[in-house]
Amino acid sequence: MAMSYDRAITVFSPDGHLFQVEYAQEAVKKGSTAVGVRGKNVVVLGVEKKTVAKLQDDRTVRKICALDDNVFMAFAGLTADARIVVNRARVECQSHRLTVEDPVTVEYITRFISSIKQRYTQSNGRRPFGISSLIVGFDFDGTPHLYQTDPSGTYHAWKANAIGRSAKTVREFLEKNYKEEHMESDTDTIKLAIRALLEVVQSGGKNIELAIMKRDESMKILVQEEIEEYVTAIVKEKEEAEKQKKKT
Amino acid sequence: MALASVLQSESVDFSNYGRQRRGFASGLTETELGLESVGGDSLSFALRTSCSNGDGPDRKIEFLHGTTTLAFKFQHGVIVAVDSRATAGSYIASQTVKKVIEINPYLLGTMAGGAADCSFWERLLARQCRVYELRNKERISVAAASKLLANMVYQYKGMGLSMGTMVCGWDKTGPGLYYVDSEGNRVCGDLFAVGSGSMYAYGIVDSGLKQKDLTVEEACDLGRRAIYQATYRDAYSGGQVNLYHVHSEGWTRVSQSDVLMLHQQYQAEKA
Repeated sequence: MAMSYDRAITVFSPDGHLFQVEYAQEAVKKGSTAVGVRGKNVVVLGVEKKTVAKLQDDRTVRKICALDDNVFMAFAGLTADARIVVNRARVECQSHRLTVEDPVTVEYITRFISSIKQRYTQSNGRRPFGISSLIVGFDFDGTPHLYQTDPSGTYHAWKANAIGRSAKTVREFLEKNYKEEHMESDTDTIKLAIRALLEVVQSGGKNIELAIMKRDESMKILVQEEIEEYVTAIVKEKEEAEKQKKKT
Repeated sequence: MALASVLQSESVDFSNYGRQRRGFASGLTETELGLESVGGDSLSFALRTSCSNGDGPDRKIEFLHGTTTLAFKFQHGVIVAVDSRATAGSYIASQTVKKVIEINPYLLGTMAGGAADCSFWERLLARQCRVYELRNKERISVAAASKLLANMVYQYKGMGLSMGTMVCGWDKTGPGLYYVDSEGNRVCGDLFAVGSGSMYAYGIVDSGLKQKDLTVEEACDLGRRAIYQATYRDAYSGGQVNLYHVHSEGWTRVSQSDVLMLHQQYQAEKA
């Protein structure tokens, strides 16, 4: 039954499904994990870095992209599709600056990206984009935002979210460990993102790529040493917490 | 300049468009075509609609270049003052024209040039501004609104549009004032006067704005006096002075005063 309704994506199935869109969401679930956390003064995006072949240059595998001075995004899914979306978004950020003489708000650029994705679910001969993205940044007035988009073209705002492989596990971790008070501190926000990623990433800090943006500053991609520092601190905290548990 | 080509040719002939523009570069002076730039300032202009060929009356397009419109920023917002006379040659077509277009409750546009062009494009601008507001859940900034208008008319550059307007409003960055015209100019400023009577208006406002903090009353009075002075000396301006004040809550229509009444009032004050 499902087979005959998934060739042309413009067609609904009898029970109301757009199968191509759902298949695209499956493709996303196979992509490497990405985590986003919105703090009060800092926004953080972390991605799982797939183990790089020996001869491959590490720096060319960037999964976190700046869209403008105040917005950046990470994605999960087909890297090639993401490249197209990121390109269009970057152009739109500049067009917005030209026409409106103001930088984009995070909501505006998210809405733009979602509209592109939706258009591809409603035209002939095109397949949907196989990516979900996490878009973070600060608006002109200083409010931080985190949005998630998916292949169907919907978007939602989140305090913290994860996409890609094992997204469910990571999201549950975030739900358990997200504390409003901790978001005041930049270090705690960053630590939450790293801890969430460590749940699903093999072999620790080496396979994590992290980018942060503080209000009125541009995006900063953390170097390996800085990530290692956080990881060591987290491991220490974990050990101490376990010691405490054993005592009581 | 493109206006002259509209008036002189039988119909708006776009195939000649390229040729005529090159004609300008090769030395046709503006006065030969019946255009004069008053005071050498490209921002204000007066078009004598007396064409050299005989079919003037058939082609009587009613223009509002004979006008004085004025807007200036001050501590408490923006004052917008305009006259209300429309002329076609030496004939006064109307003394009660509304030259301020209310784009929305916090944006105003003034009218100089072709009345149809001004009101059409500014109404289109109002539509765009409203859509922006609905989509982005916040008011459009004056900079963005004036940019939208400038981009809209730029597509028709050289096709005979005639519009010199000031977009005035209040947004999150404070009072905003932009001059936009059909040539594609878009300029931000603290003071603009547009029209044949603009020079006289500038004289009054420039001397009155010397003192830094004007109260609302003083600023309104300055604007009114400036337009009055322009109507006194310029034959193509007159009628009433329509005065608006743009502040943080939006715009308010302050007054509508007949220039003859103002004349008597000022004369009495002098005595």
